[in-house]
Amino acid sequence: MTRMPLTTRRAALFGGGGLLLATLWPSASPRASTGMLVENATAPFAPNAYIRIMPDNSITLILPNIEMGQGIYTSSVMLIAEELCVDLAQIEIEAAPPGSAEITGGSMSIMTEWKPLREAGAAARTVLIQTAATRWGVPPASCTAASGVVTHTTSGRTFTFGELATDAAKLPLPKEPTLKAASDYSLIGKSQHRVDSAIKVNGTAVFGIDINIPDQKIGTVSASPVIGGTLRSLDRDAAMAVRGVVAVLVNEPRDAVCVVGDHYWAAHKGLQALRPVWNENDNAHVSTQTIYDQLHDGLKGPAIIPSPKGDADAVIAKSHATYSAVYQQPMLAHATMEPINCTAHVRPDGCDVWVGTQVADRAQETAADVTGLPKEKIAVHSQYIGGGFGRRLEHEYITQCVQFAKQTNYPLKIVWSREEDITRDRYRPAYVDEVTAGLDEKGHVTAMKHRIVGPAVVARWDPPELTKDGYDEDLSVATLITPYTYDAYRLEFARREAPGVITAWWRGVGGTRGLFVVENFIDELALKAGVDPVAYRRELAKENARAVAVLDRVAKDSGWNDPVPKGRARGVALQFAFGSYMATVAEIEMPTPDTVIIHRVTAAVDCGQVVNPDQVISQIEGGLIFGFSAALYNEITLEHGRVQENNFNTWRVMRMNEAPRRIDVHLIASTEDPGGIGEVGTAAAAPALANAMASAQGHRYRTLPLLSSRNQEKETAR
Amino acid sequence: MQTVRVNGQTHSIDVDPDTPLLWVLRDILGLNGTKFGCGIAQCGVCTIHLDGHPVRACNLPVGMIGERSVTTIEGLDSADPIVHAVKKAWTDLDVVQCGYCQPGQVMAAVGLLKTVPDPTDEQIDSAMSGNMCRCGTYMRIRKAIHLAAGETA
Amino acid sequence: MSHHTVSRSCFALALLAGTSLFSTSYAAPASSLERGEYLARAADCEACHTAPGGAPFAGGRAFNVPGIGVIYSPNITPDPEHGIGRWTDDEFVKSVRDGVSPSWKHLYPAMPYPAYSRMSVDEVKDMRAWLATVPKSANGVPANQVKFPFSIRTLMVGWNLLNGPASSYPDDPQKSPEWNRGRYLVEGPGHCADCHSPRTMTFGLSKSQAFAGNVVNGQRAYNITSDKNSGLGTWTDQALSDYLATGHADGHGTASGDMAEVISYSLRHLKPEDIHAMIVYLRDVKPQSSSDGAAPVRQPTSGDSSLPQQTNGAKLFASACSGCHLPDGSGRQSAFASIAGARSLSADNGRNLLHVIMNGSTLMTDKGNQPMPAFSGGNYSQKDLNDIAAFVMTHFTEATPSEHAFSEFAKKPD
Repeated sequence: MTRMPLTTRRAALFGGGGLLLATLWPSASPRASTGMLVENATAPFAPNAYIRIMPDNSITLILPNIEMGQGIYTSSVMLIAEELCVDLAQIEIEAAPPGSAEITGGSMSIMTEWKPLREAGAAARTVLIQTAATRWGVPPASCTAASGVVTHTTSGRTFTFGELATDAAKLPLPKEPTLKAASDYSLIGKSQHRVDSAIKVNGTAVFGIDINIPDQKIGTVSASPVIGGTLRSLDRDAAMAVRGVVAVLVNEPRDAVCVVGDHYWAAHKGLQALRPVWNENDNAHVSTQTIYDQLHDGLKGPAIIPSPKGDADAVIAKSHATYSAVYQQPMLAHATMEPINCTAHVRPDGCDVWVGTQVADRAQETAADVTGLPKEKIAVHSQYIGGGFGRRLEHEYITQCVQFAKQTNYPLKIVWSREEDITRDRYRPAYVDEVTAGLDEKGHVTAMKHRIVGPAVVARWDPPELTKDGYDEDLSVATLITPYTYDAYRLEFARREAPGVITAWWRGVGGTRGLFVVENFIDELALKAGVDPVAYRRELAKENARAVAVLDRVAKDSGWNDPVPKGRARGVALQFAFGSYMATVAEIEMPTPDTVIIHRVTAAVDCGQVVNPDQVISQIEGGLIFGFSAALYNEITLEHGRVQENNFNTWRVMRMNEAPRRIDVHLIASTEDPGGIGEVGTAAAAPALANAMASAQGHRYRTLPLLSSRNQEKETAR
Repeated sequence: MQTVRVNGQTHSIDVDPDTPLLWVLRDILGLNGTKFGCGIAQCGVCTIHLDGHPVRACNLPVGMIGERSVTTIEGLDSADPIVHAVKKAWTDLDVVQCGYCQPGQVMAAVGLLKTVPDPTDEQIDSAMSGNMCRCGTYMRIRKAIHLAAGETA
Repeated sequence: MSHHTVSRSCFALALLAGTSLFSTSYAAPASSLERGEYLARAADCEACHTAPGGAPFAGGRAFNVPGIGVIYSPNITPDPEHGIGRWTDDEFVKSVRDGVSPSWKHLYPAMPYPAYSRMSVDEVKDMRAWLATVPKSANGVPANQVKFPFSIRTLMVGWNLLNGPASSYPDDPQKSPEWNRGRYLVEGPGHCADCHSPRTMTFGLSKSQAFAGNVVNGQRAYNITSDKNSGLGTWTDQALSDYLATGHADGHGTASGDMAEVISYSLRHLKPEDIHAMIVYLRDVKPQSSSDGAAPVRQPTSGDSSLPQQTNGAKLFASACSGCHLPDGSGRQSAFASIAGARSLSADNGRNLLHVIMNGSTLMTDKGNQPMPAFSGGNYSQKDLNDIAAFVMTHFTEATPSEHAFSEFAKKPD
């Protein structure tokens, strides 16, 4: 099997090109019962990359997607255990090594693993039953498996899986094992507790930053504050004079320095004393306004036009009326709770890397690249991730760590300060969008035109995935692909790469950026038509039963048709992204134009077959709050090529006392293939909130962050 | 040489007095349950107890601790009914997502329930808003604190 | 180096009497280097001659002088090119005491040479001797951006006639040695009046309103006269001495902004007897009433759970502030985080309060820095910061916040 890039796999969901499964695999991994690393024992029964069964009946599942909060360890285990017929309590888990680890991102894990993981479990169960049946001389059909034991139903004889393991390994695996019918599920669709809850509550879960290898030293890093800058000078003596400092390292591209100490504080003080000075380039002239100006400039001129439907221009020209609006979105940092870190031990004969990464294979490749060692000499030990949100789809910090570690003969852990983490992040790009609709007499859409101006993130992240004419298919989510049907539609992409920054994926990717624009615009159209926003959407989405169902459900659950409580306002958003449908209603209050109280959020979700319902709800709750945080507060700004926000005093994160008083999530029962869920809530947050705020204040909120003063200048649509 | 009492044990540590307790815990004593998040007491992931009260370890110089005793997530007494109730509520409700902030949340919640056995939503917000969660588990933290309060009532 | 301290009469008398050594001249019979270092600290050279994050004494710190322009402190490390390595001792003395640098360039009174002229020539030479030992820095300093007519440096000759150094400062025999030592430190190297006295029409220091407070760098340098309502009249000696020596006094909060720097680089290095002498002198400064005083304090409820969550300011205080300060202001992290009773919680319409919320502050202590982060320039809006200030004023004091005042304070200097 070949590895498929994230975006292709996402795009494949919406168009042709069947889904392929990546195959990449790791060696050491977290064990949910202890939170500590264990080395993967050689098991007598290892039918595939996911399952190891020992003679003592201990069962280890090796999971292809990394756990970063989304609950994927639990649901992956559920998928395998459902078909393997073992109890969750019997299982130890490991993270897959490079070669068998998947890229974890784009809300893809359940979508891609739904079938392969169940098949892996079913295939193993089939040969275990067959082994037992052969020993007893009975037909396999007279045997059942449950809780890691095969039972001959008529005689009551039993073998544990462990007792069968060695013989089972000799049998060929069925290519297409029989999967359980949905009605027979004992785990899938029933809420299961997270396998990683206890270790994360008692503090024993080991994150990348917690790695403690004998003889390791700890370094902290400062990279050029202007992208592309190189080291001009530093005060090595001053840094070395700090007690506990053991080394000052400069990496090969000379764009970062590392002070190494016996502990972080020594390294931190050493770095302050080091005072690196950088040679800067033209990027030092970039400001946020440079970027916004360039984006607005892209509203005119040539653009790429993927998959047009009909002649939107002609229809709009003949329409009763047209309506058009421009939207602007800022750059965003990831600011994961766990600051960027990586540990590497480079030796002449090999290299170990301990890291939280969404791309284990890239970690291995870059370490091989930097050290000159063959890939098989690089061991990547994946750790729990203290928040991914797309940040750990990047691997430049792994490259950097290995660049420093190859200069030392001890294991080196680098830990970035929060300031480094925010100012040297790779950012969700800024975008400017313009949407134009042709309208009939009733205000219904006759045709729609949508221009996106911004970078193509995939062009750097996975260049082959940029289409021949330069389109990034991620931008289709929530724009080209919506629950709505238009007679004529044209998406235009004017590519403008942001100067002075590196752009990257951020939770919700295309869906988050697209939905803010489209659902905001649809709301405007509804108001302009004098039609209730839910009713207006219902009409536009009428050909899409699943979309109508979530919309109806959220209207009911949120009391949409009941009077809005005094002083409050509501806003709605409807979406199809990551293979899942959701409708969201936010009910808010704005005591002043600068303050928003989110009283209540109601969501109805159809994500197909649900694996672990409570964790789907948890992802929606958390995804919404993550999205609200960005929607209300967040913007990365540049002055002289330097990022101005640098810690939580300037990069604001939503706190408990600003979070909604109440979030209600309803899951629609469905047997459709599962959709993704990790980014669904985040995408819904900004449009639902913007529409509620527009209703509260009587003017549109077309710029993010919503509390930006730019929204106070009342915008008039053209 | 700095002396600090952590989880009932006294340690003499050869660091400068300005070294934040956080790095003594993590890098010298190997107690990694207390996390690093910001270094400026804005996020609360490094919350520990100093004489039973929640304090941020990231900007508490070890030289300022004196005789006061430090308790980390590792040293919480599971036999204590409040500690037990909080941990149980957290796992019963599956509060955690990435989990990085949760040791700090647990320390803050235990500190809250020790002083206010049955807090209102407003009291929970007041006490817990200094503890950030990027995954957005606030709804469940609130619920878990109420649940734990109910179990110890 | 063989500069000797000029023994003044009171010093000699003190020696003869075998009592403690309070004198206008430096008392300890230490080496000239030690004396020089002590005086350089007392004169707070480092704070002004160091840019944020820059090498000590390497200059480059910008001073926005209202109406005049932006002045950058020069590099005073011994670097021959960028510093003062080539200066003779006499040139150094002339700069520090007379405000005239080599080649007869007149210094701007951002450099407090009128105050420094109270130091003797030998004392200044001692400072020079010590400064010659600090690490060299090749830091180049930007050119001053001074508006006409102040760009004409020779105008300073006239200014000096009006406001410049006096010729001599004899001890007052009617006063105690402590008082005279205190006056020397306060009026001389400490140059307290440069911030704490109002300026006259010609930017000179007001003599009639001495120490009655002023606004400097957007911050209120408080009235430090002995007035009971507006000044330091009600502070105990212990509180004053704690505050000056450490930057914090229980019931008075912690120094922030420019005063935190004065403590960090200067006052915390002074001997207890010198701190005491300054207090003796300040106690005797003529009381002046001013209208920038603090409102009566309130005692908020204690405990993490006690913050009301009804307003934006209260919510922000719970999330961004009480992590260090606690809801009752008693300080979570250390005594330095205790803000209860601080004048800045209400004085001058919350000017310093808003300033520290916006710009942060760092106080150095013998056990490490005590930083307060700056909240402006990022994702918190000015309205959010005003709301925090307003909440703090009403939560901890009986003051009435003024949005108008906040918006004035928040303006960037021109």
